[in-house]
Amino acid sequence: MSYVLFGAFPYVAVVLLLLISIQRYRVNQFTISSLSSQFLESEKLFWGSVPFHLGILVLFFGHLIGFLIPREVQLFASSPLRLLVLELTGFVAALLFAVGLVLLIHRRLTSKRLREVTTFSDYLVYGLLLFQAATGLYIALFLRWGTAWYVQVAVPYLHSLFLFQPDVARISSVPVMVQAHILGAFTLFAVFSFTRLMHVLVVPIPYLWRRTQLVIWNRDRHAVRKVEG
Amino acid sequence: MDVRAQVSMVFHLDKCIGCHTCSIACKNVWTDRKGAEYMWWNNVETKPGTGYPTAWEDQEQYAGGFVKKNGSVTLRGSGRYLGLANIFHNPKLPVIDDYYEPWTYRYEDLFSSPASDDQPTARAVSMITGEPMEIEAGPNWDDDLGGSPVYAAHDPNLGALTPEQRAQLFEVERLVFFYLPRICNHCSNPACVAACPSGALYKRGEDGVVVLNQSRCRAWRHCVSACPYKKSYFNWASGKSEKCILCYPRLETGQAPACFHSCVGRIRYLGMVLYDADRIASTAALPEEKLVEGQRQLILDPFDPEVIREARRSGIHDSVIDAAQASPVFKFVKRWGIALPLHIEFRTLPMLFYVPPLLPILGNGKGEVYEATSEQVFGSVDAARLPVEYLARLFAAGNVGKVRFALRKLMAVRYFRRQQTVGDVSGEMVDGLLSEVECTREEAEAIYRLTSLPTFDERFVIPPSHREEAIEALTDPLEFKGSSGIGFRRKPERV
Repeated sequence: MSYVLFGAFPYVAVVLLLLISIQRYRVNQFTISSLSSQFLESEKLFWGSVPFHLGILVLFFGHLIGFLIPREVQLFASSPLRLLVLELTGFVAALLFAVGLVLLIHRRLTSKRLREVTTFSDYLVYGLLLFQAATGLYIALFLRWGTAWYVQVAVPYLHSLFLFQPDVARISSVPVMVQAHILGAFTLFAVFSFTRLMHVLVVPIPYLWRRTQLVIWNRDRHAVRKVEG
Repeated sequence: MDVRAQVSMVFHLDKCIGCHTCSIACKNVWTDRKGAEYMWWNNVETKPGTGYPTAWEDQEQYAGGFVKKNGSVTLRGSGRYLGLANIFHNPKLPVIDDYYEPWTYRYEDLFSSPASDDQPTARAVSMITGEPMEIEAGPNWDDDLGGSPVYAAHDPNLGALTPEQRAQLFEVERLVFFYLPRICNHCSNPACVAACPSGALYKRGEDGVVVLNQSRCRAWRHCVSACPYKKSYFNWASGKSEKCILCYPRLETGQAPACFHSCVGRIRYLGMVLYDADRIASTAALPEEKLVEGQRQLILDPFDPEVIREARRSGIHDSVIDAAQASPVFKFVKRWGIALPLHIEFRTLPMLFYVPPLLPILGNGKGEVYEATSEQVFGSVDAARLPVEYLARLFAAGNVGKVRFALRKLMAVRYFRRQQTVGDVSGEMVDGLLSEVECTREEAEAIYRLTSLPTFDERFVIPPSHREEAIEALTDPLEFKGSSGIGFRRKPERV
């Protein structure tokens, strides 16, 4: 069982994420949208969306850094003070994320207008993210230290996945909450490209260096003249 | 010089009767869909009034358009850093209630309700939630000054008037208003394009129409807040923005856009203008009082041999240059100087121009009596019931001189015609009036003809789109043989 969950399912999830995202981007770009609902309700969105997104950004990059340079993170966290700083940053981010998420869910459920633009996939995403927030906060609070769990157990396991030699044994002996958090993450990966989460992949960073005004010719204006001339 | 062609427009406000036929034509063709019910790509609002969406001109509230900063222009409420920083929640985005909640009626109830002493009613139901609703706002809610203490009194442009002038505007027997039809201005320096983080909005090179690629729109919503005219709309159902496309499928087949074609008052003119794209940035950054003149300089004279040469070098087809020479817009805007841009202080360089309204002709005379004697048939421009300062705030960034010139020229043309048809004014007087506004009798005649008697083809001068040549110039035309007509976005599959 654990081999299916921790040895096979991660690959299914990542393959789904990659293939479906690419397929959707190439064939049906029209369906990719952040599906903002601010136009129907703006005030409550502020208190939900901003902490939610800021929190998840910190959490995402925190996890990414731990994944990329686990040894350095472990060294950094070797002093109790620095470990505390890391843990606190993560915890505050997780709180922001969780509070924002709860506010967003509450906003969705209490507004008639918003329910008109809410689909099953939105509820699915909310549920999965809520699950991640709950398990993550539980680990941070009761299974100290989360940083240590991550770099010493989860990251080596993730690395083993990358090397196509999944170290299932390592992960099947950890507390069930940590397992749940990891499984939840892969479930998110699996549904990612079927839901509005796709908007994460089209975050408009190129806007920072693109030219301000866009003018597009439907034909090569210089070539048109040359032939005539 | 980088010459570009632009489909440009003139609305002659003296001729607008406020019938909303244009709005209906547009609604039926483009926005009668789920999520678009509240949109009016073309709307006609009463001025003074707060317009649609409510108080759209108030950029303190919506932060649309550009502001001048260090000699160039920068978006007021969006842009690279501010836009991305506000991507999770756009504080300047109007919400649906700033427009109105669309509704329909339960007409079935009229037929299906059981017999009773009272007549059945068709209740209003929201087109978003389907629930019964109280209607609190709707399209043209303040039409013809309806509810003026609530709406017209909050017109941001009234700030240009003294308290006395403002009080006079709303005296019961002197109420004055006019109609302002609005569509997308297809600006030369569009704020929506500059503000779109995903680059979904762009200006078409061939004709300057500003369009939105819905496949690239990701609902970051900055086009809506950045457009100072609020002419980019968010479809709440599809999660994509939409805007006026100037009926380009019609333009490309030589037809006038639906709102133009259907205009009952024939107030609308459409034609090509040539302009110098190299000078857009510097023109947008001019001091406010020079903006109107600066934009006129940006528009090039299509008869100037150098302009023609440069236009050809930039790949503009001869037929487009011909169309620019015959363009009614060029005449109204540049040659005659009587058409002015709407709120050019937003610095987007709008390419839709308005001939300011002269009506109501009777001026605000001494005391309670309006001037209506034969010597002062049309009253004087400065004593007009609608103060020039108000029009200047709308059409010339507060530059009263530009509006006064346009109004006096329109007035001179009327006297010129009155001399010919009624004959109770002297030729010297007419010549005097005309020379004050640098107008010849030939020009006055031309203004009269294009205002009052234009044919369909004089109002809308649309060059052919030359699809055939476009293909020929780039590739072997035989490659495209047999591919014209209806195409498929995705080929049907045979299983």
